This record gives sequence, structure tokens and C-alpha cells, in this order.
Amino acid sequence: MTAYETVIGLEVHAELATKSKIFCSCTNGSDAEPNTHVCPACCGMPGMLPVANRQVINLGMTAGMMLNCHINRTTTFDKKSYYYPDLPASYQTTQWFAPIAVNGYVTIETEDGPKDIRIKQIHMEEDAGKLVHDNWSYTTLVDFNRTSVPLIEIVSQPDLRSADEVVAYLERLRSLLRFAKVSGARMEKGTMRADVNLSVRPVGSNELGVRTEMKNMASIAAIRRAIEYETARHIDAIENGTEELVQETRGWNDDAGKSFAMRNKETAGDYRYFPDPNIMPIVIDDEWYDRIHATLPEFPEVKREHYVTNVGLSDYDADMLTQSRAFCDCFEGAMAAGAAPKEAANWIITNCAGILNKRGMTSDELPVPGAALGQLIGLVGDGKVSNANGKRLLETLFDLDAQGEIIPDDIAAFAEAEGLVNSSDTGALEAVVAAVIAADPETAQAYRDGREKALNPLFGACMKQLKGKCDTQVLRNLLIAELNK
Amino acid sequence: MSENTLFIFENPCEKAATDQLSIGLDDLILTQDMPTSAGSKMLAGYKSLFAARVDERLREAGHHVAGKVNVGEFGFDFLGETSHFGSVVDADGNLTTAACQLLADGAVDAVVGLDVNGAQARAAALSGQVHLKPTYGCVSRFGTVAVACSGETVGIAARSASDVQQVLDVLAGHDDSDGTSLPETECARITSNGFAEAASAGETFAAPITHVKVARGLMDAFDADTAQLMEAAIGALGEQGIAVSDTAPQTDELLAVGNLAWNILMCAELCNNVNRFEGMKYGYHTQKYQTIGELYTKSRTEAFGILTKTAILYGSEVLAEGNYDRCYDKALRTRHLMSEAFANEFADGTSSGQTAILLPACSKRSYSLADVEANPYLAFEENRFTAPAAITGLPAVSAGGVQLVGPAFSDAALLHLAGAVSCADCAGKEA
Repeated sequence: MTAYETVIGLEVHAELATKSKIFCSCTNGSDAEPNTHVCPACCGMPGMLPVANRQVINLGMTAGMMLNCHINRTTTFDKKSYYYPDLPASYQTTQWFAPIAVNGYVTIETEDGPKDIRIKQIHMEEDAGKLVHDNWSYTTLVDFNRTSVPLIEIVSQPDLRSADEVVAYLERLRSLLRFAKVSGARMEKGTMRADVNLSVRPVGSNELGVRTEMKNMASIAAIRRAIEYETARHIDAIENGTEELVQETRGWNDDAGKSFAMRNKETAGDYRYFPDPNIMPIVIDDEWYDRIHATLPEFPEVKREHYVTNVGLSDYDADMLTQSRAFCDCFEGAMAAGAAPKEAANWIITNCAGILNKRGMTSDELPVPGAALGQLIGLVGDGKVSNANGKRLLETLFDLDAQGEIIPDDIAAFAEAEGLVNSSDTGALEAVVAAVIAADPETAQAYRDGREKALNPLFGACMKQLKGKCDTQVLRNLLIAELNK
Repeated sequence: MSENTLFIFENPCEKAATDQLSIGLDDLILTQDMPTSAGSKMLAGYKSLFAARVDERLREAGHHVAGKVNVGEFGFDFLGETSHFGSVVDADGNLTTAACQLLADGAVDAVVGLDVNGAQARAAALSGQVHLKPTYGCVSRFGTVAVACSGETVGIAARSASDVQQVLDVLAGHDDSDGTSLPETECARITSNGFAEAASAGETFAAPITHVKVARGLMDAFDADTAQLMEAAIGALGEQGIAVSDTAPQTDELLAVGNLAWNILMCAELCNNVNRFEGMKYGYHTQKYQTIGELYTKSRTEAFGILTKTAILYGSEVLAEGNYDRCYDKALRTRHLMSEAFANEFADGTSSGQTAILLPACSKRSYSLADVEANPYLAFEENRFTAPAAITGLPAVSAGGVQLVGPAFSDAALLHLAGAVSCADCAGKEA
């Protein structure tokens, strides 16, 4: 029996995390109400001229550097012509002749150890709009919010050999893009999508088999299933002649667990690429290159190693933090503001992650700066803010950000203003303690008679009166002292 | 000719002050208060959501925008003959453009338009007006109906070179909304003030033109009357003390194929730019269709004229797989060679001043409607005289029936020289 191997190359689209679109000043936010982030430029109306967004170039360069690519110091934008209702100018501005980055690699972990997947190129381009089909009324609506949203397309060489490798590659890309703040890279939100090019050949053969392409795969699990299905279909066709394999674009029906032939798309030659004369070639000088290079983050695994070896975190804590660049930034900021590493890690992994989860936010959306968290941890550690109020304070910081307000630099002053700081007036505490004991003499007597647990209701009553604003240790000592008088 | 073939839309507001210039905008320039049709049935009555930068600048400077002036479909034809709103002939029955007829009638002081393929330069030469195609990048193209972006510029036609300069002073300037717009300091070079300051500072681009080279290679491409006109212009320039010599044979070789290269670039860009007009979102919309493909095809078939369709087919072909390297890339390389050849010609001037190149604007002294009916593709042949400026982005003045192409930013110097050749035209006519 012949052994076969699957040969896979991926084209991955990632939406760039810029504030505005690629050639106009519309907000980059395709989640909004349909057609609210549109202007004559991204709607392809006559008379508008494209002006390239510099941040897009910065992120394109960053992605290229993260993926070990050569950065083309002169990079150009080109026009790709085709008709589709979601493409208002009837051309897409992309990079065909001189893409931003070429010839890189990504290292993935496989069963046989590390393996380099070669990157052919990374190019920048604008996204198309979104068609919303209503199968009930047989109408289709167009949402232009997504038109001209900046994308990068990362094209790999056909170096992948299995679904496992593809998944490892996609997870690695996702992690790198998020770490470098290039893209949110969320497949479930459509900000990362993959086209899978697949063929099958006998092991040992150097020739490639007939290639099929599955477009716009939107989840890693679906990609795994589709690769397994397509591999089996190809082998079946080769071995048993069940069908003739043709080079084509196929869709994937994840519910049915089957791929299906789609209308043959135009071949590359029909796109009639040519340089966009309205966008001057972009020349990246050393100063610009170095500036972007200096902003590159450490790779997550390098950070993880550092956290365990030098900072002294557990493997678990280091794993949790290095899932997200925002977590790492916050952690390092909190430590710089004086928080103990273990404390800081706990606050992020437990409290921040809890609030993020409750609010349906991702770890990359953590809004609290490390300096603020560090101060907060300090206030709790010094007993100035109770543990419970510390959590409330953290929640308030999330609220501020959600309301579009700026998180203040001085957290101590903010906590004071919010009324979350413990009373330092022991006189006031003593008065509350005296009042509580006076109000419940039976329980007080029970404590004095040796029932230690009777302290708890008294302590709770004090806390209630103080609205939680006290150093619990100080209160406990005062209460015991008063009862023992 | 009835009035409405000249103005597609007249501004209902009258000119308010006598010191205002009354300026027509050709119908490729978008305005918010008046429709913009680009001479095409496809865009007939189209109302833009925003106005062109040049429209804004003219109004801010206090000038009166008199209305929208008829142009050929997408402005790339021979003499406006492809307009959906009709062609224009002068009192002698000769073909002209609406812009030049309005100037001849004294109805406007200037017309600002998009110079795609030399139609206004030709019309100005035929009707005794002055036209300037400024240095590429000095006047914003924001808000012009894009046709052939790599070479087209906003152009100015008026009765005199000084009127052209007055309008140019208003229009020249940097614009962040146009990615090809040059920095303000460079745009300012072509204004009267910027030019005068640079002249007193001894800047090269502001030196007077003291040397004119004649493109002899194009001499057999035009008729005897035009040859006589060229000789008169050469004579007049000589009388002004301007040295006259011939361009190098290599330059002439490139000039002979310049319009082939420009036709490739122009049609490819036009094809791509008018792809957006598919009958769906705005503009002409066919009445009967079954599928979206049929909607696109029928709308475009019914709305575009024959010259536009020809350009679309030609433009598609030169970009098709396998043809790009043979056609489009070759055209780009020709553009590069042509810029180099012109730079060599200009560098080879006298030490004290600048060099310009003298060309006719078209091959005959008059054209009739019958001429364009007999040959609808005159625009792709006669542009051998205007393509050099379009393909290189260099400034060109059309005056006295001939054209002068100068170095980048020599616009004001060329306009100064236009006076000399204008007199040559008078002399030529008397002769």
C-alpha cells in the first residue's frame, strides 16, 4: 500500500489593529451598525484619492520582522480589478509587485521537534465590504463598514504536512500577531481568516499533486476537520478513482463535514494588476526601520522563560501571563510600580481575568495599566484598602475605561475620592466597636464566655457599619481588646 | 450652437463684484451645488457629496464659479466631440471645445478643467486661447473624476497668459487629500510670488527661458499650414533673442512613440477607474435585467460611448496576463526614458537660462465634425503632441497655436514666453 503525505500552504488574512481605515480617516470598526463607518473614499465614489495610512505600514513592517522576513525598503500598492457587489470601486488596492515583507519563517513545535515554516511574503491590502444575504426575502444587503479596513495577508510556502502542523502554525501566528499588537487575530470575530491550499502525493515524491483551495476558514477546529476530509478525499480519488481531482476553489460545510466545489474563480491573470498611480512608492529609510524594530516585543516563550527563571513565577503563572501581551505589559508595569511578582500575577490571572471574562472581553483588551495595578496592590498590601475594596477599585478602573475615560495616574488619590480607603481614625473605629457591642450584649458575653466564633457576627456588624472601609486586622484587634476589657 | 452644449449647468447665482473673475469648471471637476456628469450618460446629473479642492480654492479666493462646462466623455477625446451633451463648433463651423468657445464668446474669464489627453491644449491652439498644464503635483486633483491619474492634471484655459497665471496663483498648493500632491514649498514655485522670489534668489527653475529646442522628429507629422506656424513661432522666438536649436535624435525617437506609451497607460488607468461605474450604486441604471451580471453589462453598454468602450477594451488587453510585460511595463519604461531624454535636453541649455521644447499642438489648423466622424480615434493619434507632457508630468503651455514644454516648475517662465509666440500666431495668420 502506498503511503501518502499531505502538502499544505496557508494564506492567512489578519485585520490590522489600526484606529482608522487604510486609505481614509473612517474608524476601523466593522462591528458597528452597518454603514456607519463609511465615507465617499471607502465607498468608491468618484473624486476621492487614497492617502496611505502610515500606521498600516508600521504594522506591516512589524509583522514582517516578527516573522523573520526581509523588509522591502521600497514597497508599492497595486490595483486588482474585479467586479463584486462588496467592492465599491471595482478594484482592490493590494500589493502585487513589491510587498512589504518577503522570505521569512515561523518556527512551530511538532512531534519531531521544532520545524521552520517558510513565509513567502506578507502583503498589505484593503478588505472588501460584507454581503448580508437574507434567504427569506431573496435580497442581499451590503455593509461597507469593512471596506478599506487594513489587512495583511501572510502567504506560507507549502511546508505544512498535517492538520496538527497547520494548527500549530496558526496558533503561533495568532500569538505573534497579538504579542506585537499587529492584529487582534480572532478567528471567531473574522479578524483572522485562512485559505488552505492542499494537495496529496506519495511519500518520497518531489512533485506536487492536484491542488485545491478552501477559502475563508474561520475556526481552527473547522480547519482541522477540513484538512482531514480533503486529505481522505484526495487519497480516495488517487487510489480508487472515485473522482477526477481538478484544481479548484472549494467551500467547507462544517455542519455536514464535507467540502464542496465552488464556482471557478477568475485566474490571477484576469485581475489585471497594475501599480496604483495615486499612491507614491513608500520608501522605508533606516531611521524608520530602526524605530519599528525597536518596538518589537520579546517572543512569548522568551518572556515565559524569563518569568520562571529570573522573576520566580510558577510554570502555571508564567503560562497564563504570556498568553497575552496585555497581561505581560500589565504584569511588568505592576512590578515596576513595586508589586511583588506573585501578588501581581495573582491579581492579573485571578481578578483581572475574572472581570474580563464577566464582561466578555479578551485578555488583549485588559484596560488597566500596570502602574495602576501596582499602586492598587500596594494600597491593599499596606492595609490602606481592604481586599474586597481593592477588587471594587479594580472594577471601577474597568468602568472608567468602558466609559471612555482615562484611568488616573494616582490610584491612591482616586481610591480616596471614591471613598474606598480605610478609615485611619482609630477613634471612629473604637466608637463603632463600642456601639456594636452595646447593641448585642448577648453575643459579646458569649465571646467572653469562651465561644471564639461569637466574634464573627460582631466583626461583620462592624464591617457593615464601616461599609468595609477599614483595615480588617486593626478592627479585629480593637474588637478583641474592647471585648476583653 | 445652442447654449446648453457649452454650459451643462449654469450657476444660478450671478457674479457679485466686478473684480471677481468668472470661471467655468469643466464637468470632470466635482461641485456640491451643481451636478457633475463627466460628459457621460453614465454620470448625467450626478450630484457629488463633496466639492473638488480647486472649486473650494476658487470660491475662497472670491472668484465666481459660473457653471459646469461641457467636456468629452471622461475628458480624453480629441475636441470634446464624445460628450453625451453634444459637440461644439465655432462660428466658422470648426470643431472646438465648450471651454474655448466660452472664452471666445467672452462668457467666462477662464475655464479650469482636468487635462487628461490634451483636448483643451489643442482647442486653445486652434482658437487663439492660452492653456496651461501645470507641473504634476502642484495643483490638487482631489475631487476630479479620476481617468488617467498618473498623467492628468488640473489645467487652466484663458484668453491671455496673465489670466492663466492669475488663476494658477489661486489653485497651486499642497493638499493632504491628494497623495501625489507636492510639498507646499514646491507648489508655491509656480505662483507669481513664489516665482518672483525664486527669480531674485537666482533659483534655476525661475530663470527665464533663453533656449528653445524644436522637435524636428515630429515635423513630418503635421501639415504645411502648421509647419508655417511653427516657423513663424521660431522666428518670433529668435527676435526675442532666444537661441533655437533642434532636439537630439534620441529624443525625437522617443517623441515618435510617446503617445503609444501614453495610450497604454491612459487606457489601462481609465479602464480601471471607470470600472466603478457599473449601474448599481449611482449613475445610469438599466431598466431591464435578470442577473447582476446583466445589470452591469447592460448599464455600461447603454451608457458608455464608443471611444470609452474602445479605451476599456484596449486598457483591459494591455493589463491582461501575458500582456503586462509586453505592453504596460514597456510603457512605464518608455515614460522613464522620456523623462530622462527631456532632462538631458533641458540640461543642455545655455548657462544663463532654461530650455524649453517647442511642439505643435495638433497636426492641422482646423478640424470639422466630419473629421472625427471619419476617424473616431483621432484622440489616440493627435495626442502625439500632448502626450509628452502628460507622460512626464512636465508643464506645458499651449499658446499662439503651438506648445512649449519646460522643466518642472518652469510654469511661470513658460507663461512669460507664451506672449512671444502668441504674436507669432497673429503674424502667421496675417501671412
